[in-house]
Amino acid sequence: MTYVVTDNCRGCRFTECVTVCPVECFHLDATMTYIDPENCIDCGGCAPACPVGAIEPDYRLAADKKFWIDVNRKRAAETPVISARLPPLPGADERRQALGR
Amino acid sequence: MTGPDRVASDFRVAVVGSGPSGFYVTEALFRSGATVAVDMFERLPVPFGLVRFGVAPDHPKLKQVTVTFDRIATAPRFRFVGNVAVGRDVTVDELRHSYDAVVLATGADVSRSLDIPGQSLPGSHHAGDFVAWYNGHPDCRELRFDLGHEAAVIVGHGNVALDVARILAKTADELRQTDIANHALEVLAESRIREIHVVGRGQPAQAKFSAKELRDFLDLRACDASIGEGLPPDEPDRDNPNDPELAEKLALLGAFSRHAATKPRRCHFRFGLSPLAIQGRGCVEAMSFTSESGAVQDIPCGLVFSSIGRRTSPLAGVPYDEHRGVHANIEGRVANGHSVVDGLYACGWSKRGPSGTIGTNRGCGIATAEAVIADLHTRRRPPAGDPDALLTRISNRVPHLVSYGDWAAIDAAEKRRGAALGKPREKFVMVPDMLAAIGA
Repeated sequence: MTYVVTDNCRGCRFTECVTVCPVECFHLDATMTYIDPENCIDCGGCAPACPVGAIEPDYRLAADKKFWIDVNRKRAAETPVISARLPPLPGADERRQALGR
Repeated sequence: MTGPDRVASDFRVAVVGSGPSGFYVTEALFRSGATVAVDMFERLPVPFGLVRFGVAPDHPKLKQVTVTFDRIATAPRFRFVGNVAVGRDVTVDELRHSYDAVVLATGADVSRSLDIPGQSLPGSHHAGDFVAWYNGHPDCRELRFDLGHEAAVIVGHGNVALDVARILAKTADELRQTDIANHALEVLAESRIREIHVVGRGQPAQAKFSAKELRDFLDLRACDASIGEGLPPDEPDRDNPNDPELAEKLALLGAFSRHAATKPRRCHFRFGLSPLAIQGRGCVEAMSFTSESGAVQDIPCGLVFSSIGRRTSPLAGVPYDEHRGVHANIEGRVANGHSVVDGLYACGWSKRGPSGTIGTNRGCGIATAEAVIADLHTRRRPPAGDPDALLTRISNRVPHLVSYGDWAAIDAAEKRRGAALGKPREKFVMVPDMLAAIGA
Protein backbone atom coordinates (compact mmCIF):
# COMPACT_ATOMS: atom_id res chain seq x y z
CA MET A 1 0.00 0.00 0.00
CA THR A 2 0.93 3.66 0.02
CA TYR A 3 -0.61 6.97 0.97
CA VAL A 4 -1.92 9.20 -1.81
CA VAL A 5 -2.44 12.97 -2.17
CA THR A 6 -5.77 13.89 -3.79
CA ASP A 7 -7.72 16.91 -5.12
CA ASN A 8 -8.12 18.80 -1.84
CA CYS A 9 -4.39 19.55 -1.93
CA ARG A 10 -4.74 21.89 -4.87
CA GLY A 11 -4.47 25.56 -4.12
CA CYS A 12 -3.39 25.72 -0.47
CA ARG A 13 0.16 24.33 -0.01
CA PHE A 14 -0.05 24.04 3.77
CA THR A 15 2.64 21.31 3.45
CA GLU A 16 2.22 20.11 7.03
CA CYS A 17 2.64 16.69 5.44
CA VAL A 18 6.24 17.52 4.55
CA THR A 19 7.17 18.32 8.14
CA VAL A 20 5.89 15.01 9.48
CA CYS A 21 7.05 12.74 6.69
CA PRO A 22 9.85 10.65 8.22
CA VAL A 23 11.34 9.66 4.86
CA GLU A 24 10.96 12.80 2.69
CA CYS A 25 8.73 11.16 0.14
CA PHE A 26 6.75 14.29 -0.78
CA HIS A 27 7.27 15.93 -4.15
CA LEU A 28 5.92 19.27 -5.29
CA ASP A 29 4.84 21.11 -8.41
CA ALA A 30 3.01 24.41 -8.84
CA THR A 31 -0.33 22.73 -8.13
CA MET A 32 0.08 20.31 -5.24
CA THR A 33 2.22 17.69 -3.50
CA TYR A 34 2.61 14.04 -4.47
CA ILE A 35 3.76 10.99 -2.51
CA ASP A 36 6.44 8.76 -3.97
CA PRO A 37 4.97 5.28 -3.44
CA GLU A 38 8.42 3.71 -3.68
CA ASN A 39 9.65 5.59 -0.62
CA CYS A 40 6.47 5.87 1.48
CA ILE A 41 6.72 3.53 4.48
CA ASP A 42 3.00 3.65 5.32
CA CYS A 43 3.53 5.31 8.69
CA GLY A 44 0.27 7.22 8.30
CA GLY A 45 1.62 10.42 9.82
CA CYS A 46 0.71 12.70 6.93
CA ALA A 47 -3.00 11.91 6.61
CA PRO A 48 -4.12 13.38 9.96
CA ALA A 49 -1.59 16.24 9.63
CA CYS A 50 -3.14 17.56 6.41
CA PRO A 51 -5.40 20.54 7.26
CA VAL A 52 -7.60 19.87 4.23
CA GLY A 53 -7.88 16.08 4.45
CA ALA A 54 -6.23 15.58 1.07
CA ILE A 55 -4.26 12.44 1.98
CA GLU A 56 -5.66 8.92 2.19
CA PRO A 57 -4.27 5.40 2.19
CA ASP A 58 -4.69 3.95 -1.31
CA TYR A 59 -7.13 1.24 -0.25
CA ARG A 60 -9.47 3.79 1.30
CA LEU A 61 -9.89 5.90 -1.85
CA ALA A 62 -13.36 6.03 -3.37
CA ALA A 63 -13.62 4.53 -6.86
CA ASP A 64 -13.68 7.94 -8.51
CA LYS A 65 -10.44 8.89 -6.71
CA LYS A 66 -8.41 5.79 -7.44
CA PHE A 67 -6.77 7.51 -10.41
CA TRP A 68 -4.80 9.61 -7.91
CA ILE A 69 -2.66 6.54 -7.19
CA ASP A 70 -1.23 6.71 -10.71
CA VAL A 71 -1.05 10.49 -10.68
CA ASN A 72 1.04 10.42 -7.49
CA ARG A 73 3.37 7.75 -8.83
CA LYS A 74 3.86 9.54 -12.14
CA ARG A 75 4.21 13.10 -10.82
CA ALA A 76 6.48 12.07 -7.93
CA ALA A 77 8.90 10.69 -10.51
CA GLU A 78 8.82 13.96 -12.46
CA THR A 79 9.02 16.55 -9.68
CA PRO A 80 11.58 17.46 -7.00
CA VAL A 81 11.48 16.29 -3.40
CA ILE A 82 10.32 18.91 -0.95
CA SER A 83 12.12 18.56 2.37
CA ALA A 84 10.83 21.52 4.37
CA ARG A 85 7.49 23.20 4.81
CA LEU A 86 6.63 26.15 2.57
CA PRO A 87 4.44 29.17 3.31
CA PRO A 88 0.81 28.44 2.33
CA LEU A 89 -0.47 29.99 -0.90
CA PRO A 90 -2.56 33.16 -0.66
CA GLY A 91 -6.16 32.23 0.06
CA ALA A 92 -5.24 28.88 1.60
CA ASP A 93 -7.25 29.47 4.75
CA GLU A 94 -10.32 30.53 2.81
CA ARG A 95 -9.96 27.39 0.75
CA ARG A 96 -9.71 25.25 3.85
CA GLN A 97 -12.87 26.82 5.24
CA ALA A 98 -14.66 26.35 1.92
CA LEU A 99 -13.80 22.66 2.16
CA GLY A 100 -15.53 22.57 5.54
CA ARG A 101 -12.34 21.94 7.54
CA MET B 1 37.15 7.32 20.03
CA THR B 2 37.69 6.91 16.33
CA GLY B 3 35.57 8.91 13.97
CA PRO B 4 35.69 11.30 11.10
CA ASP B 5 38.18 14.12 11.45
CA ARG B 6 36.61 17.05 13.17
CA VAL B 7 35.50 19.85 10.95
CA ALA B 8 35.52 23.35 12.36
CA SER B 9 32.06 24.04 13.78
CA ASP B 10 30.36 27.07 15.22
CA PHE B 11 28.46 25.02 17.75
CA ARG B 12 28.85 21.58 19.27
CA VAL B 13 25.74 19.82 20.45
CA ALA B 14 25.25 16.58 22.37
CA VAL B 15 22.10 14.62 21.53
CA VAL B 16 21.16 11.98 24.09
CA GLY B 17 19.35 9.05 22.52
CA SER B 18 19.43 7.59 19.01
CA GLY B 19 15.77 6.92 18.32
CA PRO B 20 13.73 8.84 15.73
CA SER B 21 13.62 12.09 17.72
CA GLY B 22 17.39 12.06 18.26
CA PHE B 23 17.98 11.66 14.54
CA TYR B 24 15.38 14.25 13.52
CA VAL B 25 16.68 16.93 15.88
CA THR B 26 20.15 16.18 14.50
CA GLU B 27 18.90 16.56 10.94
CA ALA B 28 17.24 19.86 11.82
CA LEU B 29 20.42 21.15 13.50
CA PHE B 30 22.43 20.27 10.40
CA ARG B 31 19.92 22.11 8.20
CA SER B 32 19.66 25.16 10.44
CA GLY B 33 22.16 27.20 8.48
CA ALA B 34 24.57 27.32 11.42
CA THR B 35 27.63 25.04 11.35
CA VAL B 36 26.75 22.50 14.00
CA ALA B 37 28.54 19.33 15.03
CA VAL B 38 26.52 16.64 16.79
CA ASP B 39 27.72 13.87 19.07
CA MET B 40 24.85 11.41 19.58
CA PHE B 41 25.05 9.40 22.81
CA GLU B 42 23.36 6.01 23.01
CA ARG B 43 23.26 3.66 25.97
CA LEU B 44 23.42 0.54 23.76
CA PRO B 45 25.97 -0.27 21.05
CA VAL B 46 23.11 -0.16 18.50
CA PRO B 47 21.06 2.86 17.37
CA PHE B 48 17.42 3.55 16.38
CA GLY B 49 15.59 3.17 19.71
CA LEU B 50 11.97 2.20 19.17
CA VAL B 51 12.44 1.61 15.45
CA ARG B 52 14.60 -1.34 16.43
CA PHE B 53 12.97 -2.26 19.75
CA GLY B 54 9.38 -1.04 19.39
CA VAL B 55 8.18 -1.33 15.78
CA ALA B 56 6.73 -4.81 15.39
CA PRO B 57 8.82 -7.39 13.50
CA ASP B 58 5.94 -8.00 11.08
CA HIS B 59 5.91 -4.31 10.06
CA PRO B 60 9.17 -4.27 8.09
CA LYS B 61 8.19 -1.43 5.80
CA LEU B 62 8.12 1.00 8.73
CA LYS B 63 11.67 0.02 9.60
CA GLN B 64 12.86 1.32 6.25
CA VAL B 65 12.94 4.70 7.98
CA THR B 66 16.44 3.69 9.09
CA VAL B 67 17.60 4.53 5.56
CA THR B 68 16.83 8.16 6.45
CA PHE B 69 18.71 7.86 9.76
CA ASP B 70 21.72 6.41 7.93
CA ARG B 71 21.65 9.36 5.56
CA ILE B 72 21.59 11.82 8.46
CA ALA B 73 24.50 9.94 10.06
CA THR B 74 26.71 10.38 6.98
CA ALA B 75 27.07 14.11 7.71
CA PRO B 76 30.75 14.92 8.35
CA ARG B 77 29.92 16.63 11.62
CA PHE B 78 28.08 13.65 13.07
CA ARG B 79 29.54 11.19 15.58
CA PHE B 80 27.74 8.26 17.17
CA VAL B 81 28.90 7.60 20.73
CA GLY B 82 27.37 4.21 21.44
CA ASN B 83 27.58 2.04 24.54
CA VAL B 84 27.66 5.13 26.77
CA ALA B 85 24.80 5.64 29.20
CA VAL B 86 24.17 9.26 30.10
CA GLY B 87 23.42 9.28 33.81
CA ARG B 88 25.72 6.31 34.46
CA ASP B 89 28.90 6.68 32.38
CA VAL B 90 28.68 10.44 32.00
CA THR B 91 26.45 12.95 33.75
CA VAL B 92 24.18 15.50 32.13
CA ASP B 93 26.18 18.20 33.92
CA GLU B 94 29.42 16.94 32.36
CA LEU B 95 27.80 17.13 28.93
CA ARG B 96 26.55 20.64 29.66
CA HIS B 97 30.07 21.69 30.62
CA SER B 98 31.57 20.42 27.37
CA TYR B 99 28.92 21.19 24.76
CA ASP B 100 27.20 24.38 23.64
CA ALA B 101 23.87 22.62 24.01
CA VAL B 102 22.54 19.24 25.14
CA VAL B 103 19.33 17.82 23.66
CA LEU B 104 17.61 14.99 25.52
CA ALA B 105 15.87 12.57 23.19
CA THR B 106 15.57 9.77 25.70
CA GLY B 107 12.09 8.57 24.82
CA ALA B 108 9.50 7.15 27.18
CA ASP B 109 10.89 3.86 28.36
CA VAL B 110 8.99 3.33 31.63
CA SER B 111 5.65 1.55 31.42
CA ARG B 112 2.85 3.00 33.49
CA SER B 113 1.37 0.63 36.04
CA LEU B 114 -2.29 -0.29 36.40
CA ASP B 115 -2.16 0.32 40.16
CA ILE B 116 -4.75 -2.31 40.99
CA PRO B 117 -4.70 -5.29 43.36
CA GLY B 118 -2.92 -8.33 41.94
CA GLN B 119 -0.83 -6.40 39.46
CA SER B 120 2.40 -8.06 40.60
CA LEU B 121 1.10 -11.63 40.40
CA PRO B 122 3.21 -13.92 38.20
CA GLY B 123 1.69 -13.73 34.72
CA SER B 124 1.01 -9.98 34.92
CA HIS B 125 3.32 -8.03 32.64
CA HIS B 126 3.85 -4.66 31.03
CA ALA B 127 3.14 -4.86 27.32
CA GLY B 128 6.25 -2.77 26.74
CA ASP B 129 8.45 -5.47 28.31
CA PHE B 130 6.92 -8.11 26.04
CA VAL B 131 7.50 -5.90 23.00
CA ALA B 132 11.13 -5.28 24.00
CA TRP B 133 11.57 -9.02 24.61
CA TYR B 134 10.31 -10.18 21.21
CA ASN B 135 12.30 -7.38 19.59
CA GLY B 136 15.50 -8.55 21.25
CA HIS B 137 16.22 -5.71 23.69
CA PRO B 138 19.19 -6.72 25.86
CA ASP B 139 17.43 -5.47 29.01
CA CYS B 140 14.57 -7.92 28.43
CA ARG B 141 16.46 -10.97 27.19
CA GLU B 142 16.09 -12.78 30.49
CA LEU B 143 12.36 -12.12 30.96
CA ARG B 144 10.11 -15.17 30.95
CA PHE B 145 6.60 -15.21 29.47
CA ASP B 146 4.60 -18.34 30.14
CA LEU B 147 2.38 -18.76 27.09
CA GLY B 148 1.08 -22.13 28.28
CA HIS B 149 -2.32 -20.64 29.08
CA GLU B 150 -5.56 -20.60 27.09
CA ALA B 151 -6.32 -16.91 27.47
CA ALA B 152 -4.50 -13.58 27.65
CA VAL B 153 -5.87 -10.15 28.51
CA ILE B 154 -4.30 -7.02 27.05
CA VAL B 155 -5.34 -3.82 28.79
CA GLY B 156 -5.34 -0.73 26.60
CA HIS B 157 -6.59 0.37 23.21
CA GLY B 158 -3.46 1.83 21.63
CA ASN B 159 -1.28 0.52 18.85
CA VAL B 160 1.06 -1.25 21.29
CA ALA B 161 -1.88 -3.26 22.59
CA LEU B 162 -2.70 -4.27 19.01
CA ASP B 163 0.94 -5.21 18.36
CA VAL B 164 0.95 -7.53 21.37
CA ALA B 165 -2.41 -9.02 20.39
CA ARG B 166 -1.28 -9.60 16.80
CA ILE B 167 2.04 -11.21 17.79
CA LEU B 168 0.12 -13.55 20.13
CA ALA B 169 -2.45 -14.20 17.39
CA LYS B 170 0.01 -15.10 14.67
CA THR B 171 1.39 -18.56 14.07
CA ALA B 172 5.13 -19.15 14.24
CA ASP B 173 5.11 -19.53 10.46
CA GLU B 174 3.66 -16.04 10.08
CA LEU B 175 6.55 -14.66 12.15
CA ARG B 176 9.43 -16.89 11.12
CA GLN B 177 10.65 -14.67 8.29
CA THR B 178 10.55 -11.43 10.25
CA ASP B 179 13.39 -10.05 12.36
CA ILE B 180 11.72 -11.26 15.57
CA ALA B 181 14.28 -12.39 18.15
CA ASN B 182 14.81 -16.12 17.93
CA HIS B 183 14.34 -16.67 21.67
CA ALA B 184 10.86 -15.15 21.34
CA LEU B 185 9.95 -17.12 18.23
CA GLU B 186 10.77 -20.36 20.06
CA VAL B 187 8.45 -19.46 22.94
CA LEU B 188 5.68 -18.20 20.64
CA ALA B 189 5.87 -21.39 18.58
CA GLU B 190 4.88 -23.34 21.72
CA SER B 191 2.12 -20.90 22.70
CA ARG B 192 -1.19 -22.44 23.79
CA ILE B 193 -3.03 -19.12 23.78
CA ARG B 194 -6.38 -19.34 21.98
CA GLU B 195 -8.34 -16.44 23.41
CA ILE B 196 -6.93 -12.91 23.31
CA HIS B 197 -8.93 -10.11 24.90
CA VAL B 198 -8.05 -6.53 24.05
CA VAL B 199 -9.83 -4.54 26.71
CA GLY B 200 -10.23 -0.80 27.09
CA ARG B 201 -12.13 1.67 29.20
CA GLY B 202 -13.52 3.73 26.34
CA GLN B 203 -15.96 3.10 23.55
CA PRO B 204 -14.85 2.32 19.98
CA ALA B 205 -14.85 5.97 18.98
CA GLN B 206 -12.32 6.74 21.73
CA ALA B 207 -9.87 3.95 20.89
CA LYS B 208 -6.41 5.30 20.10
CA PHE B 209 -5.26 2.50 17.82
CA SER B 210 -5.18 3.29 14.14
CA ALA B 211 -7.40 1.83 11.46
CA LYS B 212 -4.35 0.54 9.64
CA GLU B 213 -3.30 -1.54 12.67
CA LEU B 214 -6.84 -2.80 13.11
CA ARG B 215 -6.95 -3.87 9.47
CA ASP B 216 -4.13 -6.33 10.15
CA PHE B 217 -6.67 -8.43 12.06
CA LEU B 218 -8.70 -9.08 8.92
CA ASP B 219 -6.23 -11.51 7.46
CA LEU B 220 -4.55 -13.45 10.22
CA ARG B 221 -4.00 -17.07 9.27
CA ALA B 222 -5.19 -18.67 12.49
CA CYS B 223 -7.11 -15.98 14.35
CA ASP B 224 -10.52 -14.36 13.94
CA ALA B 225 -11.26 -10.93 15.33
CA SER B 226 -14.50 -10.51 17.21
CA ILE B 227 -16.25 -8.05 19.47
CA GLY B 228 -16.65 -9.07 23.11
CA GLU B 229 -20.18 -10.29 23.79
CA GLY B 230 -22.69 -7.94 25.31
CA LEU B 231 -20.97 -4.85 24.00
CA PRO B 232 -21.72 -4.25 20.36
CA PRO B 233 -19.66 -1.39 18.98
CA ASP B 234 -21.22 1.97 18.34
CA GLU B 235 -23.22 1.94 15.16
CA PRO B 236 -20.79 3.19 12.50
CA ASP B 237 -21.46 6.86 12.04
CA ARG B 238 -22.14 7.09 8.34
CA ASP B 239 -21.91 10.85 8.44
CA ASN B 240 -18.17 11.05 9.07
CA PRO B 241 -16.87 12.72 5.93
CA ASN B 242 -14.20 14.66 7.80
CA ASP B 243 -12.86 11.71 9.75
CA PRO B 244 -12.28 8.80 7.37
CA GLU B 245 -9.90 7.27 9.92
CA LEU B 246 -12.61 7.01 12.56
CA ALA B 247 -15.16 5.87 10.01
CA GLU B 248 -12.84 3.07 8.91
CA LYS B 249 -12.13 1.97 12.49
CA LEU B 250 -15.84 1.76 13.26
CA ALA B 251 -16.53 -0.05 10.01
CA LEU B 252 -13.80 -2.61 10.79
CA LEU B 253 -15.13 -3.21 14.29
CA GLY B 254 -18.60 -3.57 12.81
CA ALA B 255 -17.26 -6.17 10.40
CA PHE B 256 -15.59 -8.04 13.27
CA SER B 257 -18.89 -8.14 15.17
CA ARG B 258 -20.72 -9.72 12.22
CA HIS B 259 -17.96 -12.14 11.33
CA ALA B 260 -18.50 -15.86 12.05
CA ALA B 261 -15.37 -17.22 13.72
CA THR B 262 -13.89 -20.39 12.25
CA LYS B 263 -10.18 -20.20 13.05
CA PRO B 264 -8.53 -21.78 16.10
CA ARG B 265 -7.62 -18.50 17.81
CA ARG B 266 -9.86 -15.57 18.62
CA CYS B 267 -9.07 -11.95 19.38
CA HIS B 268 -11.90 -10.21 21.23
CA PHE B 269 -12.06 -6.42 21.23
CA ARG B 270 -13.85 -5.25 24.36
CA PHE B 271 -14.98 -1.76 25.25
CA GLY B 272 -16.23 0.16 28.26
CA LEU B 273 -14.43 -1.97 30.86
CA SER B 274 -12.29 -0.38 33.59
CA PRO B 275 -9.59 -2.49 35.30
CA LEU B 276 -10.56 -3.44 38.85
CA ALA B 277 -8.22 -6.23 39.97
CA ILE B 278 -6.14 -9.15 38.81
CA GLN B 279 -7.29 -12.33 40.55
CA GLY B 280 -5.38 -15.47 41.36
CA ARG B 281 -3.78 -17.58 44.04
CA GLY B 282 -0.06 -17.47 43.35
CA CYS B 283 -0.48 -16.55 39.70
CA VAL B 284 -2.90 -14.79 37.36
CA GLU B 285 -6.21 -16.66 36.99
CA ALA B 286 -8.61 -13.91 35.91
CA MET B 287 -8.94 -10.19 35.55
CA SER B 288 -11.91 -8.23 36.87
CA PHE B 289 -13.34 -5.16 35.22
CA THR B 290 -16.14 -2.76 36.00
CA SER B 291 -18.50 -2.06 33.15
CA GLU B 292 -20.07 1.34 32.61
CA SER B 293 -23.22 0.12 34.35
CA GLY B 294 -21.14 -0.69 37.43
CA ALA B 295 -21.38 -4.46 37.01
CA VAL B 296 -18.22 -6.45 37.66
CA GLN B 297 -17.08 -8.74 34.90
CA ASP B 298 -14.35 -11.38 35.24
CA ILE B 299 -12.32 -12.57 32.27
CA PRO B 300 -10.52 -15.85 32.99
CA CYS B 301 -6.89 -15.65 31.81
CA GLY B 302 -3.39 -16.79 32.71
CA LEU B 303 -1.66 -13.71 31.35
CA VAL B 304 -2.20 -9.98 31.58
CA PHE B 305 -0.34 -7.38 29.54
CA SER B 306 -0.95 -3.78 30.55
CA SER B 307 -0.51 -1.25 27.80
CA ILE B 308 -1.77 1.95 29.32
CA GLY B 309 1.02 4.35 28.49
CA ARG B 310 4.64 5.14 29.14
CA ARG B 311 6.70 7.87 30.68
CA THR B 312 10.24 9.14 30.48
CA SER B 313 12.91 7.95 32.94
CA PRO B 314 14.05 10.87 35.06
CA LEU B 315 17.72 11.81 34.61
CA ALA B 316 19.93 13.15 37.41
CA GLY B 317 20.38 16.88 36.95
CA VAL B 318 17.24 17.30 34.81
CA PRO B 319 14.00 18.69 36.27
CA TYR B 320 11.14 16.24 35.87
CA ASP B 321 7.47 16.87 35.15
CA GLU B 322 5.72 14.25 37.29
CA HIS B 323 2.33 15.08 35.90
CA ARG B 324 3.22 14.62 32.23
CA GLY B 325 5.96 12.05 32.80
CA VAL B 326 8.55 13.93 30.71
CA HIS B 327 11.65 16.08 31.25
CA ALA B 328 10.11 19.33 32.50
CA ASN B 329 10.23 21.67 29.52
CA ILE B 330 8.68 24.73 27.98
CA GLU B 331 8.31 23.96 24.29
CA GLY B 332 11.54 22.00 24.21
CA ARG B 333 13.59 24.16 26.60
CA VAL B 334 14.17 22.20 29.80
CA ALA B 335 12.87 24.32 32.65
CA ASN B 336 12.67 24.36 36.42
CA GLY B 337 9.22 25.83 36.94
CA HIS B 338 9.28 28.95 34.80
CA SER B 339 13.03 29.20 34.77
CA VAL B 340 14.75 27.78 31.70
CA VAL B 341 17.87 25.66 32.27
CA ASP B 342 20.55 27.16 30.08
CA GLY B 343 21.70 24.98 27.20
CA LEU B 344 19.46 22.01 27.97
CA TYR B 345 16.63 20.87 25.67
CA ALA B 346 14.26 17.97 25.10
CA CYS B 347 12.59 16.54 22.03
CA GLY B 348 10.42 13.63 20.99
CA TRP B 349 8.57 11.56 23.57
CA SER B 350 10.77 12.85 26.41
CA LYS B 351 9.49 16.34 25.55
CA ARG B 352 5.80 15.82 24.72
CA GLY B 353 4.93 12.30 25.88
CA PRO B 354 4.33 9.12 23.90
CA SER B 355 2.06 10.04 21.01
CA GLY B 356 2.05 10.35 17.26
CA THR B 357 3.79 8.47 14.51
CA ILE B 358 7.52 8.28 13.75
CA GLY B 359 7.28 11.43 11.65
CA THR B 360 5.65 13.44 14.45
CA ASN B 361 9.14 13.46 15.93
CA ARG B 362 10.45 15.16 12.82
CA GLY B 363 8.29 18.23 13.35
CA CYS B 364 9.10 18.05 17.06
CA GLY B 365 12.85 17.87 16.33
CA ILE B 366 12.64 20.85 13.98
CA ALA B 367 10.95 22.92 16.72
CA THR B 368 13.55 21.97 19.34
CA ALA B 369 16.42 22.64 16.92
CA GLU B 370 14.99 26.10 16.23
CA ALA B 371 15.03 26.83 19.97
CA VAL B 372 18.63 25.55 20.27
CA ILE B 373 19.89 27.67 17.39
CA ALA B 374 17.95 30.79 18.43
CA ASP B 375 19.42 30.56 21.94
CA LEU B 376 22.95 29.89 20.69
CA HIS B 377 22.81 32.98 18.51
CA THR B 378 21.39 35.25 21.20
CA ARG B 379 22.94 34.09 24.45
CA ARG B 380 25.67 31.63 23.80
CA ARG B 381 27.05 30.16 26.98
CA PRO B 382 30.69 29.25 26.25
CA PRO B 383 31.30 25.70 27.42
CA ALA B 384 34.07 25.31 29.97
CA GLY B 385 35.24 21.99 28.58
CA ASP B 386 35.92 20.42 25.24
CA PRO B 387 33.88 17.51 23.83
CA ASP B 388 36.94 15.62 22.65
CA ALA B 389 38.54 15.81 26.08
CA LEU B 390 35.27 14.59 27.59
CA LEU B 391 35.11 11.65 25.17
CA THR B 392 38.65 10.73 26.18
CA ARG B 393 37.62 10.77 29.84
CA ILE B 394 34.54 8.64 29.04
CA SER B 395 36.66 6.12 27.17
CA ASN B 396 38.58 5.59 30.42
CA ARG B 397 35.29 4.66 32.13
CA VAL B 398 33.73 2.61 29.32
CA PRO B 399 35.95 0.05 27.68
CA HIS B 400 34.37 0.21 24.22
CA LEU B 401 32.84 3.33 22.73
CA VAL B 402 30.90 2.34 19.62
CA SER B 403 31.09 4.50 16.48
CA TYR B 404 28.63 4.53 13.58
CA GLY B 405 31.17 2.51 11.60
CA ASP B 406 31.19 -0.07 14.40
CA TRP B 407 27.40 -0.18 14.23
CA ALA B 408 27.68 -0.84 10.49
CA ALA B 409 29.74 -3.93 11.35
CA ILE B 410 27.12 -5.11 13.87
CA ASP B 411 24.39 -4.42 11.30
CA ALA B 412 26.18 -6.44 8.63
CA ALA B 413 26.79 -9.33 11.04
CA GLU B 414 23.11 -9.38 12.04
CA LYS B 415 22.03 -9.44 8.41
CA ARG B 416 24.40 -12.35 7.72
CA ARG B 417 22.98 -14.28 10.68
CA GLY B 418 19.48 -13.54 9.42
CA ALA B 419 20.19 -14.59 5.84
CA ALA B 420 21.16 -18.05 7.06
CA LEU B 421 17.68 -18.33 8.62
CA GLY B 422 15.65 -16.67 5.85
CA LYS B 423 15.13 -13.57 8.02
CA PRO B 424 16.05 -9.95 7.23
CA ARG B 425 18.29 -10.03 10.30
CA GLU B 426 18.90 -11.98 13.47
CA LYS B 427 19.60 -9.41 16.15
CA PHE B 428 22.29 -9.77 18.75
CA VAL B 429 20.37 -9.68 22.00
CA MET B 430 23.23 -9.26 24.41
CA VAL B 431 25.65 -6.35 24.59
CA PRO B 432 28.80 -8.55 24.71
CA ASP B 433 27.69 -10.26 21.48
CA MET B 434 27.15 -6.86 19.83
CA LEU B 435 30.64 -5.79 20.87
CA ALA B 436 32.13 -9.10 19.73
CA ALA B 437 30.71 -8.46 16.25
CA ILE B 438 32.91 -5.37 15.95
CA GLY B 439 35.93 -7.20 17.31
CA ALA B 440 35.85 -5.09 20.47
